[in-house]
Amino acid sequence: MYKVILIIRYLFKKQISYLASIAVALCVFIVTVVMTIMTGLLTEFKQKNHNFVGDCIVGTESLVGFPYYEDFMKILEQSDFVEAVSPVIKSYALVSLDGTERSRGIEIMGIDPVRHGKVTGFGKTLHYNKDNVSKVFEPVYEPALAGCVVGVDLWLARDAWGEYSYASEPAKAALAITCFPLTAKGALARAGADIVNTKIFYYSDTSQSGLARVDGSIIYLPFDDAQVLCGMAGTDKRASAVYIKFRPDVKLAAGREKTALLWKKFAEEKTGNKPTDLLKAVTVKSWKDYRRMFVAAMEKEYTMVAIMFALVGITTVCIVFVVLYMIVSHKSKDIGILKSVGASKADVVELFCGFSVMVGLLGSFVGIICGWVFLLRINWIENWLFEHFGFQLWDRTIYAIGGIPNEIEPKLLAAIILAAVAVCLAGAFLPSRYAAKLEPVQSLQVSQL
Amino acid sequence: MSDVILKADGICKSYRMGSAQVNVLKGVCLAVKRGEFLAIVGSSGSGKSTLLHILGALDKPDKGAVSFEGKNLNSLRTRQLGYFRNKTVGFVFQFYHLLDELSVSENVFLPAMVSRSIVGWIMHRRWAKKRAKGLLDQLGLSERADHKPYQLSGGERQRVAIGRALMNEPKLLLADEPTGNLDSATGNGILNVLEKLNQGGQTIVMVTHDEKIAHRAGRIVTLTDGRIT
Repeated sequence: MYKVILIIRYLFKKQISYLASIAVALCVFIVTVVMTIMTGLLTEFKQKNHNFVGDCIVGTESLVGFPYYEDFMKILEQSDFVEAVSPVIKSYALVSLDGTERSRGIEIMGIDPVRHGKVTGFGKTLHYNKDNVSKVFEPVYEPALAGCVVGVDLWLARDAWGEYSYASEPAKAALAITCFPLTAKGALARAGADIVNTKIFYYSDTSQSGLARVDGSIIYLPFDDAQVLCGMAGTDKRASAVYIKFRPDVKLAAGREKTALLWKKFAEEKTGNKPTDLLKAVTVKSWKDYRRMFVAAMEKEYTMVAIMFALVGITTVCIVFVVLYMIVSHKSKDIGILKSVGASKADVVELFCGFSVMVGLLGSFVGIICGWVFLLRINWIENWLFEHFGFQLWDRTIYAIGGIPNEIEPKLLAAIILAAVAVCLAGAFLPSRYAAKLEPVQSLQVSQL
Repeated sequence: MSDVILKADGICKSYRMGSAQVNVLKGVCLAVKRGEFLAIVGSSGSGKSTLLHILGALDKPDKGAVSFEGKNLNSLRTRQLGYFRNKTVGFVFQFYHLLDELSVSENVFLPAMVSRSIVGWIMHRRWAKKRAKGLLDQLGLSERADHKPYQLSGGERQRVAIGRALMNEPKLLLADEPTGNLDSATGNGILNVLEKLNQGGQTIVMVTHDEKIAHRAGRIVTLTDGRIT
């Protein structure tokens, strides 16, 4: 009982205890804020990438695509682990507003909007046809015309607040899209007299996936039109990829594994049919592997920040160690007194470790409350700073993020609290063990002759 | 039951001061009888405090043995030593050594708390508080029970230290210069308390450098050059 009483008294009646708690609170505050923001950004970024491609991708990087995709889609649709599949054509093209000579290079994605909406989060990225993908390629001003969905950053400029100024209806605009059709062997295919295919599409909607590279370079076209433009139509129909969504109870790795097995078997069956080389180039990847190039950079950044804050943690260990060492040294007389009235070594270690745990808990509590309040108001603070001083943490005209993520993860909080308490324990354990080992007389410093 | 409660046999203790080794105790032999009030006298630096610490198991001798009621203290394990310090001896220091974070009454019943777990304390706290109150009444400190040690005078602090030493009804009370830090009138009051305790049957070993104070004890031994003479 005396340990509880002394811990409480040491904690609340000694200024140095407040210093130790403030050191812990500051570190917890910084780590909570930075890790919450970084975790939020990373989670959001991963989610956007997942929404963009679905769970698994069977596809090729070749612009030629691969054949028999329809047969394979049937097999997938009959399997018990697949919920939906969507064929995709991917290629590069030039786009110009019809009647002008200014053009720019873009990526095109040919999709069946209904299928694609079932596999990916495409429907939610649309502005005028949100969650109504069936009509997305039908321009409201002339539904019979071939429509196209333009990446929002190709069409509109983001203002300083990260917002877009949409008109109430899509503007009537014709886009001439020009593609180089390729044969199955990768040679340029003649489309009539020309070696390029050009078709006019009418702006029907914009897509805002939240991925700057996607929204700034992709135009979605109806699947059949894109197939023709790229030379993948005809008897030997080809597609660039098949996007797959697994059933909810299927784990990503297991689903990918099953898909890979199905593909292996399917490709082997097709051996002998030409052109098999195209099938060899096909890979089966989970969305994480498929988008690794983009996600990895952010993950690296996250890891770097985590390492930096691990270093901050080590600094905290040193600070807490020094403070607790000072406290324990300062209290060596108390240790001597306690041992002279019968306290054991373990009692002394427990007393100071208990005290350090309390310092850790108090510091964590204060740090987390401050961090929580700060995170709650972080977007308001950023807006205020932007309004009054023009300061923005991420320039919204460049970065495709909305608000700063501020949702605190309970797991992260628990990890931070545990780490803070462990750090304090580590800081107190050695000095208290050393002090406990001393004879009472040495602690009392009464070794007068 | 033997009349001798505490026995020291050939106690040697040395300290290293820089490169020199100082032999403080050179084979001290001493026996303390039950109910005795013994004063150990010696000049400053003669090793009397060191001897008292060894007798109370607050320090270990380099050589020799201390036995309490026939049991060799050297053979006690850490936990048993803690029990010995808690239950068997009470220590009164020259500089009181009270815990400033605790009130006067908490300081007095500290040994009772140390010897019990939280549950044990909850079950015995009434008894402990009552005993501490009784001791404080006996020592004339009942008005000061809720004060902090730093709010007390030197004499009052020493009386609190005596109360703490007596809390667990120890068989042996060891007092290291209990009046050394007090004026003569206050010191006299402390000696009166010790005398009264001895009259009640309490065995006391007191260390002092003052012959006059030593004469208040029943028996005096002198420590000279690390030996009892």
